[in-house]
Amino acid sequence: MDSVKVPHIQLLSNNDVERIVEEAKHLLWNTGVFVENDEAMRLLLGAGAKFDACKSRIQIPETLVEKALATCPKRIELFDRQGDPAMDLSGDNTYFDPGSAALKIFDFEKGRSRPPTVDDLGNFARLADYLKNIKAQSTALVPADVPYSMADRLRLYVALSCCTKPVVTGTFVKESFAIMKDMLVAVRGSEEALREKPLAIFDACPSPPLKCSDLTCQSLIDCSKAGIPAELVSMPLSGATSPATLAGTLVQHTAEDLSGIVIHQLACSGSPIIYGGSPAFFDMRKGTTPMGAIETMMIDSSYAQVGKSFGLPTHAYMGLSDSRTVDYQAGLESGLGAVTAILSGVNVVSGVGMMEFENCQSMEKLFLDNDICGMAYRLKKGILVNDETLAREVFREAVSDASFLNSKHTLKWFREEAYFPSGGIDRSAESRSEPSSAFERAAREVKNILGTHAVPPLPEQVKSALEEIVDTDLKAHGARKEWKL
Amino acid sequence: MDYFLAKCSEAVSKYDTELAASLAEEALTKGVDPMRAIEEGFAKGLEKAGTLWEEGTYFLPELMMASEAMKTAMAILKPALEERSLKMKRLGKVVIGTVEGDIHDIGKSLVASMLSAGGFDVVDLGADVSVENFVKAATREEADLVCMSALLTTTMPAQQRIIQAVKKAKPRKLPRTMIGGAPTSDSWAAEIGADAYAPDAVNALNVAKRLMSS
Repeated sequence: MDSVKVPHIQLLSNNDVERIVEEAKHLLWNTGVFVENDEAMRLLLGAGAKFDACKSRIQIPETLVEKALATCPKRIELFDRQGDPAMDLSGDNTYFDPGSAALKIFDFEKGRSRPPTVDDLGNFARLADYLKNIKAQSTALVPADVPYSMADRLRLYVALSCCTKPVVTGTFVKESFAIMKDMLVAVRGSEEALREKPLAIFDACPSPPLKCSDLTCQSLIDCSKAGIPAELVSMPLSGATSPATLAGTLVQHTAEDLSGIVIHQLACSGSPIIYGGSPAFFDMRKGTTPMGAIETMMIDSSYAQVGKSFGLPTHAYMGLSDSRTVDYQAGLESGLGAVTAILSGVNVVSGVGMMEFENCQSMEKLFLDNDICGMAYRLKKGILVNDETLAREVFREAVSDASFLNSKHTLKWFREEAYFPSGGIDRSAESRSEPSSAFERAAREVKNILGTHAVPPLPEQVKSALEEIVDTDLKAHGARKEWKL
Repeated sequence: MDYFLAKCSEAVSKYDTELAASLAEEALTKGVDPMRAIEEGFAKGLEKAGTLWEEGTYFLPELMMASEAMKTAMAILKPALEERSLKMKRLGKVVIGTVEGDIHDIGKSLVASMLSAGGFDVVDLGADVSVENFVKAATREEADLVCMSALLTTTMPAQQRIIQAVKKAKPRKLPRTMIGGAPTSDSWAAEIGADAYAPDAVNALNVAKRLMSS
């Protein structure tokens, strides 16, 4: 009999989860949510939420929460640019994608970070296209060489042009949604085809504590109506914008995500939505939001457990670091996060490549993180136990030879059993030359990949449709195309 | 007397707001000079808290609570000072806020609290404050100091716009300017013509005091 125990961690007992959800519902009804968007207000009040005029907050009853949860799809599939299946967000499946919307890129040659360009984003997307263990891409960098008011949507154009994988993205301004939807429709051919085969996920971020900004509400409503998967990214900061306790932060996170789900399902019942977040355990010394703190990872793992208790696909910001360079800290924090995420069965794990509190992206780090993801997948595969892997027959022959290297069993199984890392990971025993750092090795590999990896081009018709959208936008901003891609 | 003042200091440095309040009341009933209670008592405690924070013993919540204790004691002593037609020695009027497009206000609020506890009159404009509102407030309040926080590289340029706009508005009293926030630095302050940069709340108070005396 074959048996593979899939390794899995749960930090909370079922009773803990129930109590957290109960408290969150209590919070939604008793304290309520501050909603900045008129349409969201109308939807909530029309469905039975109460407006507390003294506090200008919307109180959401439990019945409304239950109703919304009942209509959310339990499984969301994403498809790549060509329309082939790429992500099945259900069960404990995990897909890694680079952290989104960094304001800086780490420049290896210069040894420091700088504002990214459109061409940096193009290269970043090409690298993400190449790396096998990174299953989706994101609009990872905010290019500084185009007007900021059009930067969010231009990122999607670059992502679609330079990488075939599904995209995790989002809007910075409300007007961008329609333009970004047009880009996705241009790739798929029609709105219906896009609904059928989603190509992108849009993040929507509630503001802690318990506030849904105009932009966040609008993004949820727009996604819901278009059938484009939305992803709630609630980000309480323990001790600063939420209680200092992990449990208290989990209650607030649950309430914030549930309020978003209610708005989203009221706009169009049954539309796809992902239960996600980017909380952090606030650093009480430096006043920062460390994504690499073990407490942050514990909150992530636990809210994913809460999301799973609702049967929803989940997301977390893990596998990233707060270090300002690609060093020991970067590897430590990214590795711990990716392993915790995969063992927690988080479906969408955003963060690889990222450093400096979600502010900076590094291609070299992305390359190395690809190996972290590869090792995490290997861990998740567990240990296959059956007659053949227990190897009774093999012992009989090989022990007398004192070597397993030339056994047929070895030849058959070694590839199955191992994950082979890239040249970024040093396993050589050579002492001929000076030891190199992982960062240096990664820089060499990245250069090589960018020089050789060819991303399949977009069909001519799609390419010109996308270019037309971007040209119109550039004209409206009085800006010129200054990139090569 | 020294023992009483030491207790006042300790109430603030140990961030005991209730004790600070009752000691302030006690100072009034005992007829302790309120100015002395502040300067030689409570304010010493705030300084101590700042030192403990700088050396790594205290964390942000302790620093925040110490400044709250200080403010509580001052609020109780203020009427007594005014009765004696003494003015509480105020270091200056500060207008503070996080710049437009930026909703981060934890650091800004801590700076506001420290400045207020440290003897400044503080008008906190909150977060995502437009250039126009900074200028209006600086003019209306006849501010001595305008403090601008920016936590993002994309919102930093607003600090420059505010400094230029304040100068252009030609208020009766031209305020000094101070900037802060993770991506900012001394060199950014120099580049945009700010009078000072402060890396954290404790330094912000020291830098602000220095600006007022120079």
